[in-house]
Amino acid sequence: MTFSTATWIVPLLPLSGFLFNFLFGRGDRRVVPRVALAAVGCALALSLVLAVQVLGDPAPKVDSIPWLSVSNQVFGHFTINVGTLLDPLSAMMLVVVCLVSFLVHLYSLGYMDDEPGLARFFMYLGLFTFSMLGLVVSPNLFQMYIFWELVGLCSYLLIGFYTSKPEANQACKKAFVVNRVGDLGMFLGILFLTYYLGTSDFGQIAAHIGQWPLFGPAWLPLGAVALLLFCGAVGKSAQFPLHVWLPDAMEGPTPVSALIHAATMVAAGVFMVARVYAVFDAALLSSVNAPMVVACVGGFTSLFAATIACTQFDIKRVLAYSTLSQLGYMVLALGVGGLGVTAGAFHLFTHAFFKALLFLGAGSAIHAVHSNDLRAMGGLRRKMPITGITFLVGCLAISGVWPFAGFFSKDMILAALKEAHLMTLYAVAVGVAFLTAFYMFRLYFLAFEGPSPEHGHAHESPWTMTLPLLVLAALSSAAGFASLDYNGRSFGSYIRFDRGPTLSSDWGRAQSLALAHPDAVGDYRKATALWEAQAPAPAAMAMVPAGESRAFVLDYRVAVPATLVGLAGILLAFGVYRLKWVDPAKVAAALGPVYTTVYNKYYVDEFYRWMIDHVYYVLSGAIAWFDRHVVDGVMNGLALVMQAAGGALRRLQTGRVQAYALAMLGGILLLLGALKVLAP
Amino acid sequence: MIPGVPLQDFLLLSAALFCVGLYGVVTRRNAVGVLMGLELMFNAANINLVAFNTYLHAGALSGQMFTLFTITIAAAEATVGLALVVSIFRARRSVRLEHVDLLKG
Repeated sequence: MTFSTATWIVPLLPLSGFLFNFLFGRGDRRVVPRVALAAVGCALALSLVLAVQVLGDPAPKVDSIPWLSVSNQVFGHFTINVGTLLDPLSAMMLVVVCLVSFLVHLYSLGYMDDEPGLARFFMYLGLFTFSMLGLVVSPNLFQMYIFWELVGLCSYLLIGFYTSKPEANQACKKAFVVNRVGDLGMFLGILFLTYYLGTSDFGQIAAHIGQWPLFGPAWLPLGAVALLLFCGAVGKSAQFPLHVWLPDAMEGPTPVSALIHAATMVAAGVFMVARVYAVFDAALLSSVNAPMVVACVGGFTSLFAATIACTQFDIKRVLAYSTLSQLGYMVLALGVGGLGVTAGAFHLFTHAFFKALLFLGAGSAIHAVHSNDLRAMGGLRRKMPITGITFLVGCLAISGVWPFAGFFSKDMILAALKEAHLMTLYAVAVGVAFLTAFYMFRLYFLAFEGPSPEHGHAHESPWTMTLPLLVLAALSSAAGFASLDYNGRSFGSYIRFDRGPTLSSDWGRAQSLALAHPDAVGDYRKATALWEAQAPAPAAMAMVPAGESRAFVLDYRVAVPATLVGLAGILLAFGVYRLKWVDPAKVAAALGPVYTTVYNKYYVDEFYRWMIDHVYYVLSGAIAWFDRHVVDGVMNGLALVMQAAGGALRRLQTGRVQAYALAMLGGILLLLGALKVLAP
Repeated sequence: MIPGVPLQDFLLLSAALFCVGLYGVVTRRNAVGVLMGLELMFNAANINLVAFNTYLHAGALSGQMFTLFTITIAAAEATVGLALVVSIFRARRSVRLEHVDLLKG
């Protein structure tokens, strides 16, 4: 069995599990979860085998079949493929998705035990796993978009899983609609890119992107296309200003929050940007600096969300804002480029483990005290030691304490920012590191330490719930070491972005051709003919030598300050929430309106609500009025005229044969008279 | 060809006959009367055919042949017409045309 065949099978395993459960499961509470678990387990085993193979041979392998063929004047011959792409990035995502999904399946056996819709829940989980795996192995943008929408659908179904809860119904609708806003931009980006480059395959895009000045129209700089694609990532990865859906998505079951809204689906935006990074990189040569926009959106979101996370009291919402903040970190890293792409992907990798751990730990606590409110928790570590200790590991990992995973990935991001001399964003990232440590340990001390309120029934969760916690805690402790150098091989030597050696020379050639032949710009067929007629220039202008290793090298000037601010955050949380240096309520009161604004999430939701009520509804009201009175009015008016004319004319139809005969006679006489006059 | 009688006289006769027929068709209230008017109009056309043939193409017989055809067809038409009138009478107990205005708008 070849690599590519096996890559097909990985997503198909959860799909077959889902189909089996859908067709034959009959909602059985024992059969359905086991089939789903077995299917994901097989997918996990296979993806681990594939990952080992990729470690030996990291060259990308594409296996696809034509799906839609277009042959016309505009495109020439153009084919959309479906298939698989196996390279280090997709192999990493396969392992992460399968592993977290498997652990969440296992965890849900315990967590959802007394839930009536258990079978439905596991069916949705299987469908989601299939969609996400299909997304990560997509070899082209169209297939990726299809699965992108499928994961969106699964997210919708799972957020709204508790159908009797009105908040859940609202939240799933909100998630779907907000995502549509971003997806519209992404779809436009895909169409522009495909239309003008004549391909949507990732390898082909990377190879041809340097020809954009000739192939793309003059009015559309590549940076704008890159930003359209980024819109999709802003929606899916919940970046400002489309972040509003993710905190509300916490209405779904906690295992779902861990799998979809922390570890995998929300990372799809980051994954997509990393996948088409060639477009963003080439956009640096165009007039719109798309990577800088990406970095700023990411940096802003990470700071914005981190401040909100410090004020919330719902344990899942704190984690949700923490996810926003960490996703912002990844997006920020991607915008930096170079080492940043590796750093963003690596943070995705480590974040998947420790954030899944934190969510599952929070779920375990919620399961024990039957409340999401931090103020109802406290002292849980003594009652549920495994949950408490693993949660502490997760907190240390996200705070960036050596040797936990977050230390390495956060440090790599900071190193990338320093390397690119983006000192403002570097300062923001260090500030976020401080806030992250603070709000995570605030959470930890409030929930797991200190005096416990009266909840004598709180006890440790069953093994199905604690085993995933232990596995994820182990991974959160160890995953960071993947970035270190092992005989010239490291995370960064597999997953990296290298600017193609011909990008700048291609860009220059395409620009001069575009100046010489303005009529061919944006015309795919003419541009191709022109491009191919000219002998390729020698690829002498390589900017970064291909294959440069990006092993993680500890830079003490980055690592020491970052660790110190992390420790300072932990210390502050310890002082405030454990030693009671100050009363947090008094601090909040002293901050007054600042605190209220942050506590109310900067009133973004209220602003959107106001915009919808006062702008959107007014606009649509005006349009509805136009439709009802002008468009419908014209149609109704026409119908009325026709009716009146018919009513008048029907009197001519007397039904009397002789009247008709007389009319015919009159007509003939008229014709004869006319002939006599006109042609005597 | 009748010596001393020019073609125009025949045509005038035909036109007069046609007009009488047409007047009958348009004014008669009785359906049978209308049919009779139609027969007059047919015969006016027949006179025309024969007259033109005799005066303009004396050697040929096509006008006369055509007239025989027309007479045959007129007989068939009268049969159908009378059958319709009988059928209408059975249905409506009347052959007056103003009573047959089912297609009034």
